[in-house]
Amino acid sequence: MPIHIEVITPERKVYEDDVDMVIAPGSEGYLGILPHHAPLLTALGGGEFRVKKGGVEEVLAVYGGFMDVRGDRVVVLTEAAEHVEEIDVAGAQEARERAQQAIRTGGLSAADEARARVSLERALVRIRVGQRRRRRSE
Amino acid sequence: MPSERELRRRVRSVKNIQQVTQAMQLVAASRMRRAQAAVLASRPYEDRLRTVLHELAPFADPEVSPLLAQREVRRVGVVAITSDRGLVGALNVNVIRMALRFAQRHEGASFIAVGRKAVSAIRRLRLPLLAEFSGLGDRPTTVETGPISRIARDEFVGGGIDEVHLVFPRFVNTLRQVPTTLRILPFRIEPDTAGGPRGAEPPGRLQYLFEPDPETVLNVVLPRLIEVSVYQAVLEAKASEQSARMVAMRNATDAAADLIDEITLAANKARQTRITKEMLEIASGAEALSKG
Repeated sequence: MPIHIEVITPERKVYEDDVDMVIAPGSEGYLGILPHHAPLLTALGGGEFRVKKGGVEEVLAVYGGFMDVRGDRVVVLTEAAEHVEEIDVAGAQEARERAQQAIRTGGLSAADEARARVSLERALVRIRVGQRRRRRSE
Repeated sequence: MPSERELRRRVRSVKNIQQVTQAMQLVAASRMRRAQAAVLASRPYEDRLRTVLHELAPFADPEVSPLLAQREVRRVGVVAITSDRGLVGALNVNVIRMALRFAQRHEGASFIAVGRKAVSAIRRLRLPLLAEFSGLGDRPTTVETGPISRIARDEFVGGGIDEVHLVFPRFVNTLRQVPTTLRILPFRIEPDTAGGPRGAEPPGRLQYLFEPDPETVLNVVLPRLIEVSVYQAVLEAKASEQSARMVAMRNATDAAADLIDEITLAANKARQTRITKEMLEIASGAEALSKG
């Protein structure tokens, strides 16, 4: 019996499919969801979100949010999510440099600093997920 | 009756106007498609978020989050969302009127104005303005709408206002945009009663697990919901704006076409009258000569 999964961001529905297994980056560590999982509501950290379907694994990067598991339906609500193929590792590395630079230099308003930290965090997740993927496919 | 030349001049001028409105119609139509797609794509997120919230209802206690504090309502905050530019028919007028009516019913209302039209309306009436935002792009992101929700939240948590309501044009379809009021703070979470929105669910509570615990999850969900409600309202307003402008410009183009037909007809009649008159003059002149 498959699990119906939806990954939704405020901008769009990133992913929707019937899959066999979901591995999500929970706030307390990675957790796997198989069919007939108990109802669960968990906060998500940033990281690799994997779905397995018929021996094929797909990977998305997600950045925070939470996951609602209810029967055989999984709904992931996250700030942002992208397919691993879409990740631009070089771009993320640049973004990391920029954000680190901005934070180190200081003199930022509180809002700007918060923004820099968010983009730094996202860049780090992007790099981590993107690089792992690349190694695997090599 | 205006002269034939005057009428021809008017036809030219109406044609120029028609060209302008037609161009604006085309621009609005292409923006409208994008804005409509954006608003439809983002609706599921808010819907799901509210569903999730139902599960958290038993834990919704003001102790857990200041966003749940139900206070006696002395001052309300109204977030009025309009477009920056006009030529959108009655869209902005309807929103502003609804916001002002709402404010009249609640004493001590203060405003957060989003969009130049809302800003200028509220300034003109010298109503209390907590913050103003304008110049949001055609494709607003949560980064751009974040400051709006942050100010509303801070004012609420700080006790400056006891409720926050959004007033915005909800996008129904290209021809229909409905001004809507939505309370976003404090949250009123109704527990899922049997036969509620998810009637398919078996009655009786599912025993949910929460990671790491319900309070933490609630504190992740609630701030998100405010941000998303504001973001969603802004997208609704954008889609409504482009739709209303497209329709307004199409009406203007059609009206111009009617007007051109009308004036052309009048001009042709004037021309015919003139020719008939000249013919008569020539004929009577010739007759006078032949008699002589």
